[in-house]
Amino acid sequence: MIKTDIIIIGAGPCGLFSVFEAGLLKMKCHLIDSLPIPGGQCAEIYPKKPIYDIPAYPQILAEELVENLMKQIEPFKPGFTLGERAEKLEQKDNLFIVTTSKGTKHEAPVVVIAGGLGCFEPRKPLIENISEFEGKGIEYIIKDPDIYKDKKIVISGGGDSALDWTIYFSKIAKEVTLVHRRSSFRGHLESVDQVNALAKMNKINLITDSEVYEIIGEKKLEKVLIKNKQNQEFNLQADFWFPLFGLVPKLGPIKNWGLNLEKNAILVDTFDYSTNIKGVYAIGDVNTYPGKLKLILCGFHEASLMAQSAFKHVFPNQRSSFKYTTVMGGIKGF
Amino acid sequence: MKDIIINVIDELGNKHKIKSPLEMGLNLMDVLRSHDLVEGACGGMALCATCHCYIESDHELADQGDDELAMLDQLFTIDEEKSRLACQIQITEEINNITVKIASPD
Repeated sequence: MIKTDIIIIGAGPCGLFSVFEAGLLKMKCHLIDSLPIPGGQCAEIYPKKPIYDIPAYPQILAEELVENLMKQIEPFKPGFTLGERAEKLEQKDNLFIVTTSKGTKHEAPVVVIAGGLGCFEPRKPLIENISEFEGKGIEYIIKDPDIYKDKKIVISGGGDSALDWTIYFSKIAKEVTLVHRRSSFRGHLESVDQVNALAKMNKINLITDSEVYEIIGEKKLEKVLIKNKQNQEFNLQADFWFPLFGLVPKLGPIKNWGLNLEKNAILVDTFDYSTNIKGVYAIGDVNTYPGKLKLILCGFHEASLMAQSAFKHVFPNQRSSFKYTTVMGGIKGF
Repeated sequence: MKDIIINVIDELGNKHKIKSPLEMGLNLMDVLRSHDLVEGACGGMALCATCHCYIESDHELADQGDDELAMLDQLFTIDEEKSRLACQIQITEEINNITVKIASPD
């Protein structure tokens, strides 16, 4: 069990800056993020994009912002649980326990949700009974490719992921069929050429201008039904179907934690960015309130007010003494 | 400040006529979001498709970039002739009186 003063869910800019604001008040933090690196969207999605509205930085690259934040919070020695998604929130007396997708448990009197856009989950085809076959022949994320050796595989999609897996499985699967809704692909040119070459050599089946519209099976997937743009239908035997249509941001398990939600975001009190659960705060893009602006600088402001309130929650009998960092004689870490 | 008119058909089929200022560097998603007509979760980076809409009028729009095309390609509710991400359409005089229909979430 990892024990700390504040568990921060989300290691994006707002989560990271919370460590600084909490550290000034002598509170220790531990961050959890489903991504394997800190920085959130800034690190994963747009590291090379310049940001122009960080005060005192006319321009800063997203990755530089993250680097600077990591340097700024270094004295406060935050802990990190990376590559694990926060799944469960439980309350035991005055403490919260957050358990991740890999079962790591964290305990603290305060939880700060700085989850940004939330978790990126697979976009699922609009087929009525699709959920019945999830884990029984339908997979959106391929974790252990060896399982699919010598199997009949159907892959749907037109992006890099669909192309790359088609190339990979052409070497180990019994049969690979790539189904795409258009006639052209949007992946890397090299991968597109390779897939076309594999189709020419009959190493894979390539079905374009078509999509899977129905799935059939008793206890597990047995067949997929495919329709083309001319409305011709045919079926294909399949042990596995991988619909690879990218990811869509969702709130994820947080939506089941009993928090008040509005428009897929967590409702907070702008006094201190607290949620309806005492001791749980939400800051940054994941929260909403009248006049909300999804800006990093607003998230930083929210982090500072949250930290003051969290201090009173953790140490109800102590007075927090607010000080300017300029008069502190340097940042004193742990 | 000069305004343009945007005609919107929301997900329920209700029609809205909204005004948008020209000189604020807004995109169509910003305007639709300020009227609670789309979610615009990713803030305009063509990452989430929560501002997917169909262009119902015959306005000539700037071509889609690679990011927008890649995102549209993954949607199940795509109309190849009409689908656009509102976040990738700048508010300019050329789109005055445009009609957009909000797509259902994918």
